[in-house]
Amino acid sequence: MFQGFVTFGRLIVGTLRDLAPIIVVIAFFQTFVIEQPFPDLESILLGLVLVMTGLALFIQGLEMGLFPIGESMAGAFARKGSLAWLLAFAFALGFGTTVAEPALIAVAAEAARAAAEAGLIGGGEAALGDYADGLRYTVAISVGAALVLGVLRIIMGWPVHYFIIGGYLIVVVITGFAPPEIVGIAYDAGGVTTSTVTVPLVAALGIGLASAIRGRNPMIDGFGLIAFASLMPMIFVLIYGMIF
Amino acid sequence: MEPGQGLARVLTALGDTLLDVAPIVIVLVGFQAFVLRKRLPHMRRTMIGIVYVVLGLALFLVGLEQALFPLGKTMAQQLSSFAHGHAQDGYSVVTWGDYIWLYLFAAAIGFSTTVAEPSLMAVAIKAREVSGGAINPWGLRLAVAVGVAIGVALGCFRIVSGTSLPFFIMAGYGIVIVQAVLAPRFIVPLAFDSGGVTTSTVTVPLVAALGLGLASTIEGRSPLIDGFGLIAFASLFPMITVMGYAHFSAWRHRRLTRLSDNGDGPEED
Repeated sequence: MFQGFVTFGRLIVGTLRDLAPIIVVIAFFQTFVIEQPFPDLESILLGLVLVMTGLALFIQGLEMGLFPIGESMAGAFARKGSLAWLLAFAFALGFGTTVAEPALIAVAAEAARAAAEAGLIGGGEAALGDYADGLRYTVAISVGAALVLGVLRIIMGWPVHYFIIGGYLIVVVITGFAPPEIVGIAYDAGGVTTSTVTVPLVAALGIGLASAIRGRNPMIDGFGLIAFASLMPMIFVLIYGMIF
Repeated sequence: MEPGQGLARVLTALGDTLLDVAPIVIVLVGFQAFVLRKRLPHMRRTMIGIVYVVLGLALFLVGLEQALFPLGKTMAQQLSSFAHGHAQDGYSVVTWGDYIWLYLFAAAIGFSTTVAEPSLMAVAIKAREVSGGAINPWGLRLAVAVGVAIGVALGCFRIVSGTSLPFFIMAGYGIVIVQAVLAPRFIVPLAFDSGGVTTSTVTVPLVAALGLGLASTIEGRSPLIDGFGLIAFASLFPMITVMGYAHFSAWRHRRLTRLSDNGDGPEED
């Protein structure tokens, strides 16, 4: 028990190093450029303590919970040998984690307003809601599809860069045809889909699969799922913008 | 802050995080129970780990909201209007130097938020494990953070100058494609993943505030068209810096071996 406290204490001190740059930046600009005193220093310090404790707990939990789950499930699927179930799991994981993502709901609402202003859709409440929901499901399906493709790639051992280069070429070509209002949103959609809980799980899944399948190198084949999950939504959202 | 109010905030954040995690848990439990039908090893430890993750994220978010976000967001807005007001003080031509503080701030905020990004830490931990310690997690995070810093600063420059977004992004893709062909094979997938994870819990709110603030203070910019797109910059440039770093170490390694090959012999080890 005491040992645990010491380890955790060390973790908390370790997070100071992670947060030091952000504290220095804000303190420097606040003091020397904007030249204003700190408002409410006490509550800022309290907040920092919360951030440090939270970060230390999160890292501890990653090693104890999320990483082992991702890896043991990847191993179990590989032993079971059913490709269909593995792909179904990959799709469910991608779709399920994205469809309820708060950042995505916010961006979709924002995008609907942009589309209405540009005259792409009617300005009514119902039209806005439909457009935002459609966009949200498009992104969620695209993340599911990305994980399915990414898992297939790991199993087959296809090199990742062909997919990424191909994906970029598709993005470049269809950007020319998509309405300009959707382009910025489409490019950002890739970034907002990968949440803090999804990333460790998906990374562990990829590496677990690459380790369980003979002939695959975890370093070369295990990474890449997150890249797929942030590229695919761009393509799907651009296409969505062209259809509407 | 009253203690009761603080507790209420932590509870609200805890509720939000639980809602966030619920779909993931449903998918995991569903497949575990109905498809794999095997108990997880170390069930109790794993469960405690998940509780830690949820609790940790909730505390982290409350702390950020309490300590850093309000300051960061006001500063982003103040700096963008400060730079803009300064630029119009009697000068008819807006020079690059008028915005220098803004670009510096953008780079600094991009760098420092990325260093504190939890999902990047997760990927860095995994990279060290998988590479058998060859990849230093701290080095990877610094390379990614430098990439985000360049990306966000350049993205702000784009908003100020009004250049088109696809132009920059496509030029960036061109560089990434060339690098992907030339870089050492083992780093490419990791570099691509680093691009995706940079923009998460800490970076997105601050960077989005910077972009929207900037687009709404500069005349002729639409927050909807110009404010978006900063995040795309922040996830493009880390790929370039991570692969660039791998290029550099491979090149230095080759140079060192070539030097020792050409040397007189005793320097070899």
